[in-house]
Amino acid sequence: MTNSKRAIISFSIMALLLVMVGYGQAWNVALAILNLCLISAVMSMGLNMQWGYAGLFNAGVMASTAIGGLTAVLISYAPVSKAWSVGGSSLLAAIISLLITITAGILVWKKIAKGRKRTWSMTAVVLIGYLFMRFFYEQGTYAIEAVDPAKTGFLGGLGLPILFSWLAGGVAAAGLAWLIGRIALGLRSDYFAIATLGISEIMISILKNEDWLSRGVKNVTGLKRPVPYEVDLQQTEWFINLVKWFYGTADDGSALSADVMREVMQLSAGVVVKLCYTALFVLVVLIILGLATRALNSPWGRMMRAIRDNETAASAMGKDITSRHRQVFIIGSAVIGISGAMLTTLDGQFTPGSYIPLRFTFLIWVMVIIGGSGNNLGSIIGAFITWFVWIEAEPASLWLVGNLDIFLEETSPLRLHLQDVAPHMRMILMGLILVLVLRFSPKGILPEKAPDHY
Amino acid sequence: MDYSTDLLNALVLITNYVLIPSISYGSQLALGAVGVTLVFGILRFANFAHGEVMSFGTLATIFITWWFQSMGISMGPLPTALLALPFAILLTALLVVAIDKSIFSFYRINKSRPVTFVVASVGVMFMLNGLVRILIGTDERIFRDGQKFLIKAGAFKKMTGLSEGLALKQTQVLTFILAVIAVLALLWFLQRTRTGKAMRAFSDNEDLALLSGINPERVVLVTWIIAASLATLAGVLYGLDKSFKPLVYFHLLLPIFAAAIVGGIGQPLGAILGGYGVAFSEISATYDFKKFIKYISPGDFAPESMIQFLTTEYKFAVSFLILVLVLLVRPTGILRGKVL
Repeated sequence: MTNSKRAIISFSIMALLLVMVGYGQAWNVALAILNLCLISAVMSMGLNMQWGYAGLFNAGVMASTAIGGLTAVLISYAPVSKAWSVGGSSLLAAIISLLITITAGILVWKKIAKGRKRTWSMTAVVLIGYLFMRFFYEQGTYAIEAVDPAKTGFLGGLGLPILFSWLAGGVAAAGLAWLIGRIALGLRSDYFAIATLGISEIMISILKNEDWLSRGVKNVTGLKRPVPYEVDLQQTEWFINLVKWFYGTADDGSALSADVMREVMQLSAGVVVKLCYTALFVLVVLIILGLATRALNSPWGRMMRAIRDNETAASAMGKDITSRHRQVFIIGSAVIGISGAMLTTLDGQFTPGSYIPLRFTFLIWVMVIIGGSGNNLGSIIGAFITWFVWIEAEPASLWLVGNLDIFLEETSPLRLHLQDVAPHMRMILMGLILVLVLRFSPKGILPEKAPDHY
Repeated sequence: MDYSTDLLNALVLITNYVLIPSISYGSQLALGAVGVTLVFGILRFANFAHGEVMSFGTLATIFITWWFQSMGISMGPLPTALLALPFAILLTALLVVAIDKSIFSFYRINKSRPVTFVVASVGVMFMLNGLVRILIGTDERIFRDGQKFLIKAGAFKKMTGLSEGLALKQTQVLTFILAVIAVLALLWFLQRTRTGKAMRAFSDNEDLALLSGINPERVVLVTWIIAASLATLAGVLYGLDKSFKPLVYFHLLLPIFAAAIVGGIGQPLGAILGGYGVAFSEISATYDFKKFIKYISPGDFAPESMIQFLTTEYKFAVSFLILVLVLLVRPTGILRGKVL
């Protein structure tokens, strides 16, 4: 079967499944799943660039997602001017001390010859710099976090429309990736994986604990939306008319009662808002897919695959392996950062506590592997399937437990326990899918296809 | 109060808050890291599922402990979990060997790239994580019984007349003793027995070992059994010392990897040094030295603010820093392990 046939069939099955959820459960549920599928698709395309194109084992996907989410807050939240006025100057002083320390460090490193003298001066510079930084930093953060801690207690953001953050999130994630790449690239694949895993954990602890920046575990809620609110929508003329035209009459032709109408109105408002998000996300997915496919089929893409398949040969041909790896790592992370900002936009809130590696790193890995490493369309279908299973595994296993009636009494402790733990079925299911795909179809659903025009 | 008492107080303080916790946490890390380093050295991949193996082993211990407790079996002042441990090790080893046979052996036969093994281990991690959550849920469980303290802080103060107390938990002593026994047994096994020697030979040079007629499947089997046993021991000791939570063990993965790499991949002794090193740095970097400085400084000088290098939440950063420094400065680790 050719790849295009496979793609058509798998996307049709996926669409069918979503429609089934729409009819069986609710359209709101189906659209919620679809929206997260689309965001996941962006994430998995980003990881696919790193793993599928270049063979980098990035176990720190979560770091990019989280910094994208943070950017969404920093771009869209209104600035907390009082926090800026009480703590801004101290924080600025801390940053200046950091810059001075770094400059002094570089000067010492360059000007003084290697030896004991350099070691001591370096230690002195770092220690003094650290003390200054710590002093200003604590002064600043203490003041900032004291500003109305129940509501703000952080610096806030720029107060710009949240859509800007999608781009800015990509840029921020790219910056972070550059830094990570400086430290960790050039290590062997396993070491690189462990190092990136570590960085992502540190990133999350920073977001959880630096309250002045992200409000920490107090979360930031109520981010402004790029799409209309349900409540406003229900007051709008055209929307009311649309719903009336769509649902105006009951089956027997009579007009709907006010209560039913109100309920229909609420549900439809939810659907319309989700559809707006869907449109935005589809746009992003299509743009990234187009660019990624072009890149993969260009000479640059061929070079990346050559480096992935045989580093020694590629470097013998004059390719700079480390800097190419850094490049693709940065681009991939930027894409993941965009998805992080999109996710926070969709949620309307930023909750550092919700970032766990299983969900934000390894689940994305499952998506890329089962979709087909190296194939962009594959990553998208992988993301769709994986997210669908991840969400629907819980209702499915609850349904299974519910149908155990024949064997188990309603009140049997085993049955109650099974009902409690049903959500965790998805972990086992994910692991099983990953292992089975890796074993029996390591190329995934849509295998990577070498372009014909060599 | 005279200065020598102050110094004694300082010593007790640092022993109580830094030394003793580092030794017990270090022993737990070391036991985990030895397993990781053996798998790394012999099967040549970083096993991301190791934390979950620890988790599963602890879970098995908890279930058997509950069963024993329900039958009224206990060990007096010692935790019942120790009695359950051998059975739990057996179960975990069986599970790990079954996982190897059903998942990893395929890639070994096909001579897949190491990174394929890592991806497969991620799959195993998911499955074990789900299994543990389904079996016991996600709540925190405390399964320690028996005597809690060997020395209580209050009693110590009364006994010595110092103003600082020293508390010694039974689990801390148990951890250290069991870790020492396990490590000595392992070293004896690797140095003296035929299988142990075969394992070291296999780790050093696979081709040469195969040529000398070493059975690779046997070596791999023994490696998994040892790794699973040590992981169970480490997990149970950690769980006894703190508490059991299915999600905690995943986060132990990073310090354990750091310990294994710092010590030198494939070097059990190095992994042990690495474990203690990482634990000591983690705890001392996040300890507030304010009181300590007050005691050791002559005169009445006392620092006003906290003298803490990092807040406790950033302890990951410590293992990570150590990891990166070692990888950059001395990639072979302390004991010259291999660079894969």
